[in-house]
Amino acid sequence: MPEPMLELKGVSVQFGTFLALRQVSVSVAEGEIVVLLGANGAGKSTLFRAVSGLERPSEGTIHFDGQDISRLAAHRIVREGVAHAPEGKHLFTEASVRKNLLLGAYVRRKDPAGVQESMEEVFDLFPMLRAKAGDAAGTLSGGQQQMLSIGRALMARPRLLLLDEPSLGLAPLVVEEVFESILEINRRGTAVFLAEQNAHAALKVAKRGYVIESGSVAIEGDRDTLVDNPEVRRAYIGV
Amino acid sequence: MRLPPARGVALSLLLLTAILFPLLVDNPYLVSVVITAYVTAIAVYGLDVMLGYTGELSLAQGGFFGIGGYSAGILMATYEVSFWIALPAAVVMTAALGYVIGLAALRTRGDYFAIFTLAVGVMIVIIIERWEGVTGGTDGLIGIPPPSSIGPLRFDSLTAQYYLVLFFLVLTIYVVWSLVNSLVGRTFVAVRNSEELARAVGIDAGKTHQLSFVISAALAGLGGALYAVFLGYIGPAMGGVQMTFMMLVYLMIGGVASLAGPLVGTLLVTGLMQFLQAFAEYQMMALGPILVVVIIFFPKGLAGLAKLLPERWRR
Repeated sequence: MPEPMLELKGVSVQFGTFLALRQVSVSVAEGEIVVLLGANGAGKSTLFRAVSGLERPSEGTIHFDGQDISRLAAHRIVREGVAHAPEGKHLFTEASVRKNLLLGAYVRRKDPAGVQESMEEVFDLFPMLRAKAGDAAGTLSGGQQQMLSIGRALMARPRLLLLDEPSLGLAPLVVEEVFESILEINRRGTAVFLAEQNAHAALKVAKRGYVIESGSVAIEGDRDTLVDNPEVRRAYIGV
Repeated sequence: MRLPPARGVALSLLLLTAILFPLLVDNPYLVSVVITAYVTAIAVYGLDVMLGYTGELSLAQGGFFGIGGYSAGILMATYEVSFWIALPAAVVMTAALGYVIGLAALRTRGDYFAIFTLAVGVMIVIIIERWEGVTGGTDGLIGIPPPSSIGPLRFDSLTAQYYLVLFFLVLTIYVVWSLVNSLVGRTFVAVRNSEELARAVGIDAGKTHQLSFVISAALAGLGGALYAVFLGYIGPAMGGVQMTFMMLVYLMIGGVASLAGPLVGTLLVTGLMQFLQAFAEYQMMALGPILVVVIIFFPKGLAGLAKLLPERWRR
């Protein structure tokens, strides 16, 4: 296996006396799609928040491209090439679709031509965003908001995209559409780290994954290992 | 950024009215009321930058208004510095103090930020009152001269001072308008919308708050300096907490986060207060119910109402 692009070693995150993540070690290689499976409250979002600098690990290291980013401020980490689409379609709801995308490219504000290019790429990926470019983000449907949230993260031109539960609250057909676009994003060269409860959909696109339970990694392996694991089948696929 | 033509026409008409006002109204008292409203409005725009766009309520705005006023007043009355140097100096001084206070105050958010800045506002008044050797204490500072003339332009008449203040008001509105339509302004709104999301897209939320707070203080300083020079004397009350709350009332009635709001609110309420002056201390009792009615029926203020109307027409 090549040197991983993102590597967490023994990362713990503590909220008061509650240990949300305990000694978690996971990695994502260049160009990979990796899934992080787990129930509500297992620590998926906390792990992503630690990577993107919104939460400080109490121990452990987080390396991106060989550099320890565990003490960097969130805005610096975006500049390093990690973009985060947080759980629950976080958007600037009052602002238009276009402005949401522009704000997503905030770290590239000195490169308007490149930003325009990325905007076109996002519009190609999600054509309905082009049609709704002038509408307030809050008026979009759930699936459209999810696509905007992903598009907004892509505007930072990340090398690693953190997607926190993109299927949350979406109809099955829309979930399929969103995962289709995740594959397309990956084909264009961006590594994707995906947190999901919907193992069925997630394991169709990810080659490798981790199952996280009560803050620690319980199972890890490639797609087949996970699909065949009785624990995973019972808890996340429902067979 | 271009204005839609209808708005452009409306703005030109408003500006024309403002320019013709002292020529048409032969009432020095009324003109001086409007001048006071203009200088206060400048500080209210500052309050709106912080509250309306960045989403944090600063209750030190009256204090910064006082710092601007006393900085300009002391420089001009005590040290006989020209207005044209004292004015920018007062703005810079207020902004610098805003920066330092912001370093501490902006470690808090929301209610705690409001309470912290309220305490700062109270401290500023106390300092002004007690630092008698410099500020004149509770007696106030008197003998602030009018701006010195530049070439043929003299500023000792009321009309000339009106235009001077109007110039700075228009400048303030232009600066705030450019700001809110710039990428920097969008980062302010992004931070108000969700600080966490703003951080996730790479915005340095701390720096954004700090910048907004400094701009807000600088505008209070500008308004305060003009206020001191126009009145010719100032007392500690100009930096008081009541001043802050009056500014907040102007902003709420006019409309938060709208370009017209601060001016509309300040003019209307100042005018109303003059009208109610006959009732002396009871005028505040009238203001209370008006504020309640506005908040219930027009939560976005009167400027919000004006925005709402054209939408209704279109339907």
